[in-house]
Amino acid sequence: MLTLLAATPLVGALLVTLLPRGDAAAQRRAKYVAFAVSIVALGLSLGLLAGYDVESGGYQFTVQEDWIGQLGAHYALGVNGIGLTLILLTSILTPIVILASFNDVLPGRRSANSYFAWMLVLEGLALGVFAATDVFLFYVLFEATLVPIYFLIGSYGGEGRQRAAVKFFIYNLLGGLLMLASVVGLYVVSRDAGEPSYLLSDLMALDIDGTTEKLLFVGFFAAFAIKAPLWPLHTWLPDAAKSATPGTSVLMVSVIDKVGTFGMIRWCLEIFPNASEWASPVVMVLAVISIVYGALAAIGSDDIRRLIAYTSVSHFGFIILGIFAFTTTSTAGSVLYMFNHGLSTAALFLVTGVMIARRGSASIGAFGGVQKIAPVLSGVLLVAGLSSLSLPGLAPFVSEFMVLAGTFTRSIPLATIATLGIVLAALYILIMYQRTMTGPLQPQSAVVTDLDAREVGALAPTLVLIIGLGFFPQPLLDVINPAADRVVERVGVGDPPPETGVAPPSDDDHEGGH
Amino acid sequence: MFDYVWLLVAFPAAGAALLLTWGKESDRFGHLIATVASALSFVWGLVLFIGLLGRDGDDRSITDSLFTWFSSGAFHVEMSLVFDPLSALFVLLITGVGTLIHVYSIGYMEHDERRRRFFAFLNLFIAAMLTLVLAGDYLVLFLGWEGVGLASYLLIGFWQHKPSAAAAAKKAFVVNRVGDLGMALALMLMFAQFGTTSIQLVNDSVGSASAGVATALGLLLLLGACGKSAQVPLQSWLLDAMEGPTPVSALIHAATMVTAGVYLVVRSSGVYDASEVARTAVVVVGLVTLLVGAYIGCAKDDIKKALAGSTMSQIGYMMLAAGLGPYGYAFAIFHLITHGFFKANMFLGAGSVMHGMNDDVDMRHYGALRKAMPVTFATFGLGYLAIIGFPGFSGFFSKDKIIEAALGENLWVGLAALLGAGVTAFYMTRLMAMTFFGEKRWRDEVHPHESPRVMTIPLIVLAAASVLGGLLLLGDWITDWLEPVVGHTEHHELAVPPIVISLIVTAVVAVGVAVGWFTYGARAVDDTAPTKVSPFTRAGRADLYGDAINDVVVVRPTMALARGLEWFDRRGLDAFAVGVGSRLGELAQGLRRSQTGYVRTYALGIFIGALVLTLALMAVTF
Repeated sequence: MLTLLAATPLVGALLVTLLPRGDAAAQRRAKYVAFAVSIVALGLSLGLLAGYDVESGGYQFTVQEDWIGQLGAHYALGVNGIGLTLILLTSILTPIVILASFNDVLPGRRSANSYFAWMLVLEGLALGVFAATDVFLFYVLFEATLVPIYFLIGSYGGEGRQRAAVKFFIYNLLGGLLMLASVVGLYVVSRDAGEPSYLLSDLMALDIDGTTEKLLFVGFFAAFAIKAPLWPLHTWLPDAAKSATPGTSVLMVSVIDKVGTFGMIRWCLEIFPNASEWASPVVMVLAVISIVYGALAAIGSDDIRRLIAYTSVSHFGFIILGIFAFTTTSTAGSVLYMFNHGLSTAALFLVTGVMIARRGSASIGAFGGVQKIAPVLSGVLLVAGLSSLSLPGLAPFVSEFMVLAGTFTRSIPLATIATLGIVLAALYILIMYQRTMTGPLQPQSAVVTDLDAREVGALAPTLVLIIGLGFFPQPLLDVINPAADRVVERVGVGDPPPETGVAPPSDDDHEGGH
Repeated sequence: MFDYVWLLVAFPAAGAALLLTWGKESDRFGHLIATVASALSFVWGLVLFIGLLGRDGDDRSITDSLFTWFSSGAFHVEMSLVFDPLSALFVLLITGVGTLIHVYSIGYMEHDERRRRFFAFLNLFIAAMLTLVLAGDYLVLFLGWEGVGLASYLLIGFWQHKPSAAAAAKKAFVVNRVGDLGMALALMLMFAQFGTTSIQLVNDSVGSASAGVATALGLLLLLGACGKSAQVPLQSWLLDAMEGPTPVSALIHAATMVTAGVYLVVRSSGVYDASEVARTAVVVVGLVTLLVGAYIGCAKDDIKKALAGSTMSQIGYMMLAAGLGPYGYAFAIFHLITHGFFKANMFLGAGSVMHGMNDDVDMRHYGALRKAMPVTFATFGLGYLAIIGFPGFSGFFSKDKIIEAALGENLWVGLAALLGAGVTAFYMTRLMAMTFFGEKRWRDEVHPHESPRVMTIPLIVLAAASVLGGLLLLGDWITDWLEPVVGHTEHHELAVPPIVISLIVTAVVAVGVAVGWFTYGARAVDDTAPTKVSPFTRAGRADLYGDAINDVVVVRPTMALARGLEWFDRRGLDAFAVGVGSRLGELAQGLRRSQTGYVRTYALGIFIGALVLTLALMAVTF
């Protein structure tokens, strides 16, 4: 089932590449085929959700075949609640992105066939990454995702695309190499313990010596921290987002960057629980810096795409904070946050993408008074923006609050500083909205026409989900909770009990400083 | 049938959703749908209220658990609504005044091409405000709390083609978010301490937690209350919020939303009962705001801003009362309700005046309007008598009780509250005199006329309520009614009988009225605001420099920091990446030119990888 799911977009990509290229009719056919393939994939992953037994939780739809015997690498797939959530996100967003990108103006005489084929390749690889339960398989797929993004940015982006693509590539490759070192290290450790194996279940059973565990952890963590991106390793993202097409930005920030935070849970916490606990004080501080720094940089940005990229740095800070707070509430909150952030960032990138394409500029100052001529567009931007600032009633609020509440039980100062993010978020969204949408209509922004039916069709599902999950996140949480529970149990710190009747938890009794 | 508390919220929520998604064809009747939705909510509220009246005192609480909002680990939040004596009063106030304002807006917004959207936002507001007061869990309360904030943002900025309106809307939202910081932290503290954010459970268990917890909770909630209720130091947004259409000012920024902070304090009585420090902080905030608001109210020539200053001041009274603990809670709510009547009445009256004066808000351009607008004058006059506390009118009873309670607590607090009553009488007399009495100072093209019936009938109803609101105190009904929620009220024994205090208050009010009349009624009012004025007047006109202080202390440093960081991120922090990365990047760019860029880059990567790998292997196997 999982193999079929991951293979569908890959086969579809091949199909789209083989279709005739050239004239408008051919391009249109390529788009429709790509869209149809992504819808099939969506159907399959909904089938996966329907077939997943929430009651028993754990890894399901497992596949396990030997692959490279000497290395102990397997072709092993399986999903738990966390993987399933991200698979759903990927397969929901891909058709939305393809539909929204139908009329993207591609540089030169690039063919739409390859553009959409690369998107499908990226989808297929992402689905594989979220399903892999063997480190080696994960690593290969993880690195392979660089290729489609490199081409999506470098060949189809806007101004400065090649530089941005190379920067993205080098940055992420460096992280990948550190991880590769750790992957090899894991082989050594597992071989010394008996049979070499890269299976998650075998690695979890390993008893790794303290220093080695820390070293291996750092290799994995560095790769994920670049991908996620965590301050100060985030500087590739604003450039990449600035030069990519809106659709590419969505796939990159909403889906592929989630591999970073997903990897932290799946590999760092599960295989290196002690090292994770050891590193958590530092990681939590970096996460809080990300939250505040990203938000401030967003406030200071004039380029709308860079602004959204910085808001994501801030939001990833919340996600990482929740993961390394090691409480069930914050971990489940982080996973839900990954899903919600995917939706709200997709809506933001796509709706501003429309604005920017019509206006021919991404500078906030290039707009003004657009609300008057494009009320639907401005309404969508407002809802997407409000979800980004975590307004209660919209999806991200619940997840952000779960992260903060869980963190608060570990460290009051860190939770308090992180909470500043809610004030800063109001600033970066509302200043952008005020300057682009309100006031008298500026002559230069009169070219911005309202959303057409296709654009509304692409954006509507994100808004419906954002509002729906704002009030009814529980069905998704029911899927996530058991997996979050197990992760926290694995790290072994445990949820602090409520403190009724005693003094508030002081800062020195949390897990830091081991 | 009493399980259907959710219907109260459902009517206006459905109205809002319908109007926001329905197309242009609903422009003709959209406002009627919204008005009916609000009215249905009022009628249902009345039915539930009567049901509650029929129950025993200790049985007057209906909990309607709808569904689990979210649940994970130890955190479980139920989407639950509670209809009890306190929320019942609010439901009637919100939907009652709200429906009247819907009716009024049909006339007021008649020529606005976006009227349907205006009514959608009004419905959204009613739904959110009802969620706020009915919530059984602090997190659900926060949902309503932010919902009214959103409605307020949308409605202040309703005429968003005006840059001032858009800026005011943003300011209101951001300042409120600062208050929300307190709310959010309070919620987290509740979760960490009690493992729940249920209002009932938190207030029941806070007594067994340490005093520090109760104080922290009380102060954090107070910060939230200050934001929503425009109390010092988060008061600065309310005056700017007058950019919104006047019915919005009446409903949201006078009668209901801005009183949510008072509601929050009273609803959290368990927390405040457990912390003397927190109570004192509430009293201080209330007292300071009471005086600051009154001061600003004296200096404004803009009729809406004068009323807004007055709103701040009156909410200050409510806060003060709420800070007095069990003795004051009921009086805070009592004044909140009477204020809801007379201030909505006067704001709508001001809207009616503006309607007849081509939307001019400068009172120096008014004068002698009592003959041109008799109904508006009469209804406004009744509201005026109510707010200054003319004997027999609703404000007389409600303000008197607060001053009496304050005197019982502390002489100085009581005297300051008494002074506030005198100042209130002064600025309201000034407002009355400048608007309705004296000489005509109308601008040329202005032809004042009475507003249509659809606007005057709500005025008449609210005027009647302003007069009769005092009946709620008859036989101590309101204190008895609220007792199951806020606890038993003990009567302070004062050194002097209450009647003496009433007389003193009335005398102080009379002095305020006299000064106001002799300065603005009996003498001619300048046509334009005098520029050679004392520093005190200048300070009042500048809202006591609240904006200037915020600007220097918070806004500018934050913006400078943001711009600096953004620059640093591009130029500074990125330097490392550009230093290391661009070397490699240039190399890769060069390789790209030989048409095989990607593969070679990867090859380069593998080379470096092998190096790192060897080192790592050595590290692992040493």
